[in-house]
Amino acid sequence: MAAVNVDLGESSVRELNRQLHQPHAPSHWQVLNPHGQHSIACGIDQPLTVDIAGHVGYYCAGMNQQAAVTIAGNAGVGVAENMMSGQVRVIGSASQSAGATAHGGLLVIEGNAAARCGISMKGIDIVVGGDIGHMSAFMAQAGRLLVCGDAGEALGDSIYEARLYIRGKVASLGADCVEKVVREEHLTEIRELLTKAGMDEDPAAFRRYGSARELYHFKVDNASAY
Amino acid sequence: MCGIIGLHLRDPALYPQLGQLLTPMIEQLAERGPDSAGVAVYGDQRLSPAGQATISVLLEPEPPSDLSARLRAAIPHYDGPVDVTAAGPAVTISAALPVEELAAAVTRAVPEAVHVGGGTGFAVLKGVGSPMALAESFQLSTVSGWQAVAHTRMATESAVTAAHSHPFSVGPAQCLVHNGSFANHATIRRELMAQGVRFDSDNDSEVGARFVAQQLAQGADLEKALRLLCEQFDGFYTLLVTTDQSFAVVRDAIACKPAIIAEHPRWVAMASEYRALADLPGIEDANLFEPEPEQVYVWQR
Repeated sequence: MAAVNVDLGESSVRELNRQLHQPHAPSHWQVLNPHGQHSIACGIDQPLTVDIAGHVGYYCAGMNQQAAVTIAGNAGVGVAENMMSGQVRVIGSASQSAGATAHGGLLVIEGNAAARCGISMKGIDIVVGGDIGHMSAFMAQAGRLLVCGDAGEALGDSIYEARLYIRGKVASLGADCVEKVVREEHLTEIRELLTKAGMDEDPAAFRRYGSARELYHFKVDNASAY
Repeated sequence: MCGIIGLHLRDPALYPQLGQLLTPMIEQLAERGPDSAGVAVYGDQRLSPAGQATISVLLEPEPPSDLSARLRAAIPHYDGPVDVTAAGPAVTISAALPVEELAAAVTRAVPEAVHVGGGTGFAVLKGVGSPMALAESFQLSTVSGWQAVAHTRMATESAVTAAHSHPFSVGPAQCLVHNGSFANHATIRRELMAQGVRFDSDNDSEVGARFVAQQLAQGADLEKALRLLCEQFDGFYTLLVTTDQSFAVVRDAIACKPAIIAEHPRWVAMASEYRALADLPGIEDANLFEPEPEQVYVWQR
């Protein structure tokens, strides 16, 4: 079926999102002239394909469920924040807080992601082709973050159960984040993430980071406080 | 919030279009700062005629009708041109005198005037209200020049008045706009006051502007001044700082206040959000990037 074209030079983001939320909406959408506007393709809950031709503003594809959203450009703050399922691909780079608090689905950023990528992630998989900024995976609770480039300062500060795979240099690790041994099951997981993201990297080149489980919440002695 | 916009033109063919390029940028960021707005313009002939010094002042609610006569009376020995351009509460006063001499004459003529900028080929206009209504009252779309800075304000740290709005210009043709909030501005203000620095407002951003002006006056270059600011100031900031030679951007270590830079052979632009840059000529070929925390980016004229 031919894609439905929506030109954001002519129609509003609110009108676009209303159409994407209609039950039984057409399955393929092409969004033209996004012009860096905010909240494009937010809150979709059906298996649509949405292709956005250009740079987007804040919270693009936020709260996504089921849909596959591709941004042929850069994304502003909080792309795919709180995504539940589906896939969001940024062909350019992403600003801060990419994939923040997201519970599921796959976020692929082909360029770089800025500060706080995957902050408080709760089950999403994030694959970044380039580098990530400082304080990424801060308080990351679950899910996986795989980075083909370098990581900025304070990676994984106060991390819980999320698993981090970084190929390049890590500027510094945050509190309670440590490097861990890469075992066979991790190589399998890295391979799976690279395949899902369509990236051709050597799984053996990645190093693994995660929680040392030394902070307050991990101490059974503190359970008596409740 | 607050919105910041800066445009530094490299191609003189674009100078006549400065205001036309800048106005839609402000419109895009009006949501980020709906309570007040201001601009600093470098090189506009109407606001700051060539060969003259220009003092920018606020005269609220409006300039006195006999302003020109009062200025003439304050400089009896001078018979050259005196140009007065009013835009709402903002007024630029130009004359072929040294900047300090003209500033003193303006104070004698209208003691109630709040000085918001002084220099050669440099004007500051600011006021309270909707950014687009202010842009219209400034006739911003007709402005020309080689560099401009704009700010849309959502006040958090001090009152919503024209004097508290940005840009802050406290040194010759210097200009600072700020998105964020300084945490230790009271401490630094006291230190600067102890060294004899005077303040016009209790605004936190003015402390940043005074600090930079003091560093520049003591011989630091803009890059050094901003590195020292990073060392001493605590809090959140994305700053755009300009002089009659330079255009500089710096963000705090946490870098939660947004900033995007676009660099093109014909211009350099900086804004809080990409949408403000989306209509610039050749944006599709520009190098777009977010400034790294505590890294000072400087472009020279």
